[in-house]
Amino acid sequence: MAQAQLPLDTPLSLPEHPKAWKWYDYFTFNVDHKVIGIQYLVTAFIFYLIGGLMAVAMRTELATANSDFIDPNLYNAFLTNHGTIMIFLWIVPAAIGGFGNYLVPLMVGARDMAFPRLNALAFWLNPPAGALLLASFLFGGAQAGWTSYPPLSTITATTAQSMWILAIVLVGTSSIMGSVNFIVTIWKMKVPSMRWDQLPLFCWATLATSLLALVSTPVLAAGLILLLFDINFGTSFFKPDAGGNVVIYQHLFWFYSHPAVYLMILPIFGIMSEVIPIHARKPIFGYWAIAYSSLAICCVGLFVWVHHMFTSGTPPWMRMFFTISTLIVAVPTGVKIFSWVATLWGGKIRLNSAMLFAIGLLSMFVLGGLSGVTLGTAPVDIHVHDTYYVVAHFHYVLFGGSVFGLYAGIYHWFPKMTGRLLNEPLGIAHFVLTLVGTNLTFLPMHELGLKGMPRRVAMYDPQFEPINVICTIGAFVLAFSVIPFLINVIWSWNKGKVAGDNPWGGLSLEWTTSSPPLIENWEVLPVVTKGPYDFGGIVHRPVMDEDDDEDE
Amino acid sequence: MEQIPASIWTLTAGVVITLISFWVGHNHNLLPEQASEQAPLVDDFFDIMLTIGTALFLVVQGAIILFVIRYRRRAGDDGDGVPVEGNLPLEAFWTAIPALIVIFLGIYSVDIFQRMGGLNPGDHAMHTMGDHNPAVAVVAAAPQTTATDAPPLLATKTNSVPEVGIGASPDVQGKMPDLVVDVAGMQYAWIFTYPSQGIVSGELHIPVGKDVQLNLSARDVIHSFWVPQFRLKQDAIPGVPTELRFKATKPGTYPVVCAELCGGYHGAMRTQVIVHTPEEFETWLSQNQTMAAIPSPSLVASHTAALGVTPQLLAQIAAAAQSPQPVPSSNHI
Repeated sequence: MAQAQLPLDTPLSLPEHPKAWKWYDYFTFNVDHKVIGIQYLVTAFIFYLIGGLMAVAMRTELATANSDFIDPNLYNAFLTNHGTIMIFLWIVPAAIGGFGNYLVPLMVGARDMAFPRLNALAFWLNPPAGALLLASFLFGGAQAGWTSYPPLSTITATTAQSMWILAIVLVGTSSIMGSVNFIVTIWKMKVPSMRWDQLPLFCWATLATSLLALVSTPVLAAGLILLLFDINFGTSFFKPDAGGNVVIYQHLFWFYSHPAVYLMILPIFGIMSEVIPIHARKPIFGYWAIAYSSLAICCVGLFVWVHHMFTSGTPPWMRMFFTISTLIVAVPTGVKIFSWVATLWGGKIRLNSAMLFAIGLLSMFVLGGLSGVTLGTAPVDIHVHDTYYVVAHFHYVLFGGSVFGLYAGIYHWFPKMTGRLLNEPLGIAHFVLTLVGTNLTFLPMHELGLKGMPRRVAMYDPQFEPINVICTIGAFVLAFSVIPFLINVIWSWNKGKVAGDNPWGGLSLEWTTSSPPLIENWEVLPVVTKGPYDFGGIVHRPVMDEDDDEDE
Repeated sequence: MEQIPASIWTLTAGVVITLISFWVGHNHNLLPEQASEQAPLVDDFFDIMLTIGTALFLVVQGAIILFVIRYRRRAGDDGDGVPVEGNLPLEAFWTAIPALIVIFLGIYSVDIFQRMGGLNPGDHAMHTMGDHNPAVAVVAAAPQTTATDAPPLLATKTNSVPEVGIGASPDVQGKMPDLVVDVAGMQYAWIFTYPSQGIVSGELHIPVGKDVQLNLSARDVIHSFWVPQFRLKQDAIPGVPTELRFKATKPGTYPVVCAELCGGYHGAMRTQVIVHTPEEFETWLSQNQTMAAIPSPSLVASHTAALGVTPQLLAQIAAAAQSPQPVPSSNHI
């Protein structure tokens, strides 16, 4: 084990600290940011598998036009909880909670997050939230979609709906706690020798994400608590027959839930900005453009939420205003994409699993972004709103984008987290299966939506059956694609090739400590002498290319 | 063929990408047939965005593939790439071009939306010219407050004047619609009421080429009225009256789809709209108006007694159904 060589008597570690964490430490209220990061990642991945199984059940149902596999109410419970789990218990906690917690202190040269206990508390709100969601299936499961629009949500499976609300409020609280922690950590605990233009872009992305979460999450919590009162305590905020207004809920919901899209993609953009330069062996193209575009997306992203409501109770001026604000988001997003593509130019690109997923993300996200522009305009959205075109769009963004990015991050930082490399052939098999599965599942959905198939249906017009069969096959490929990954992670965690401190030749601070890092990260805090992307002229021989198996 | 200058390759690639994009934009065949005045407007806009999108997609994707092949690490090369950290003119260029594209698309979408009638829901001609239109009189006849008051009770608000949705397109602005149909969504059916003709139907029948106004309401949860061939969709929201105003351009039968999750059988909430020629529509109207008059109070009395409907009420309903005279409205001047 790599950490075995490290001396225990470091000047700054407290005497009661163990040398390294034992496996059971990962099941405790541990305050080490690295433990918490891995707790987030593993928990989130388990929920990803659960949410994925729900998707497989839904795609199996949709292989035929009639409702003949599962009960349509259970189908709705699956679609509601699939969305909820994938957003609130997989992408957000894995990206911000997992990678954010693990990497931010290491990247800024801190020994831990600013508020370690708050950090642990934030994590431990997640398992009960997930348990609540799963337990809600005893009461039929929430069935009103992850959007939970009243009046449907106030009259359908109300016990399960209340549990759903409590689960979301728990993860929302966790997200607020985490955000405060990230902002303070990045702002106050950066090593003094690091200039702001030497802050890794992942930290810029985390900073932007945290600010966004801090502004928007309370609004969702407010909306959901009003909904909870309507369901259980006889209030009528959203009951039209008692003077309430259902459209207000939609505004409260989307004021958070559109920015939530950026909560799910900005940290992933941060991962991209780390993975691409290292494996292309080039400085990131346009550091400040990428850093500021995160903040720009964050600001503009707060003013686009009504594009989810173009066919709802919204007046014409609102539909036009939010068409234009939505289109504007394409500009900073485009800047990022072009910058990463330009980073590839003139590089010496190592096409390993991490880089393949990063390049796959670039390709998939471009498609999702372009379909997003068409959706952002009210005239086209009126036709395709709430259809499979929307399903196709957001899966290209959130699966082709966020999930590819999470995989890229896992392949990239797994050696740092465990001290061992993931197996490359298995990683490439995983990538190929995921890429094929993604496009087989989600590309045909564009046509389904444009031609007239609404989303969230358990039964549909039989004319759409052939295309749905293709999507279902794709979903099975995607489900299968997880198998090589799981084998890889479980095997490599103990038996993989030893990585060494810096297997990729990275320049950011996390590569200056051991793999896995010792408990307080460094014996002596590092001094920053060059930026995280100052590649050029350095000859570095990565572990991957060394002749086989001299380790162990 | 020895050295072909890079500029020729760039030019060729540009021409090829442009041609492919235009071809895709015009031949994608992804949209259903066009059966309303709004459909060609939406489709033209979509085609333009698809053309631009295809070009951008090919440029970015082409660059990625080209760079990955050309700048892949060769075996044994452990060096770094070119230490380029940015290029201000290039970055300004790829910020400015998308900005120009989205400004163009923004202005264009406002224009398209205006031509669709999206800027004119709740055209005020509807409110003031009701005397000449029995439909509006009936609409206003329901015992309730006006639309501007606090939201009235769910059961009675279905007839308030809508101010949300797709309204009069420029050529019919300020005019009365030729036909008004009240559309009520409920789990899991659409009910179409022709107030001035006294017809209630489970399918929507409309004449081709006529200016039709649908007043949408919902009885239980939110539904969404969508006819893909019309490219028109509007939620039917409890407590918020909404409308869709359009001209069908092509006789035929098209699906009416509920597009907002409304419960377990949301996917089964489908019916159809039948666009008739004017003569067919007259025939349909006359047939169904007769049908509406047929059930006599005595015939249904035995069935309705159990529901607590008195014979006197039945007689009143029958009389009202047979005489299309609107009941004078209290709130209608």
